[in-house]
Amino acid sequence: MSDNEIRDAIATAIADNEVILFMKGSPASPACGFSARTVAMLEALETPFAAVDVLPDPRIRQELSALSKWPTIPQLFHGGELIGGCDIITEMYESGELAQVLGVEAPGDAPAEAPAGAEVEPQVAPLGIENRLA
Amino acid sequence: MPSADEVKTRIEAAIPGAQAEVNTADEVHFSALVRASAFDGLSRVQQHRLVYDAFDGELGGSIHALALKTEVL
Repeated sequence: MSDNEIRDAIATAIADNEVILFMKGSPASPACGFSARTVAMLEALETPFAAVDVLPDPRIRQELSALSKWPTIPQLFHGGELIGGCDIITEMYESGELAQVLGVEAPGDAPAEAPAGAEVEPQVAPLGIENRLA
Repeated sequence: MPSADEVKTRIEAAIPGAQAEVNTADEVHFSALVRASAFDGLSRVQQHRLVYDAFDGELGGSIHALALKTEVL
């Protein structure tokens, strides 16, 4: 896949999914605390969302940031627009604005304070030359 | 590695009239509260972009993380 094809695929994914999160790892197995917290907030609101792991190819992150003009991961989009990263989502979750923007009713048992998110397991380095030399 | 003061100076130089409070425990992870009149009328995403612009590619590099909160002054 060329860089342009990656960028087109990202743009299509953003356009086709009402709520889409670009993150490190997957919702079930986030690879970064900020991604884990963002997933936990969306799950607390019981919002369905699409998720894209940016880690398998560094160009995903590069092309996403070029497209969104946003340097960090995670990035949450709604209706084709960037809503924000973890800090903004946390502020919006706690003020109730996130539920409002996403058009969902916060469940009665959703915590008022942003949930911390799953414990992130340290990444196991892929097998490579470093490991063999260790 | 940048100090909290350097990060504060960078932000305040990039956004005229901004007041930044910056904290760091390890000079890699930073948190900042930035107040600026320039944020007036901008969305949160646009406000944060103004701050990120001060770091031209360093976020994720020498500055591993910048937890950011913005307020209109």
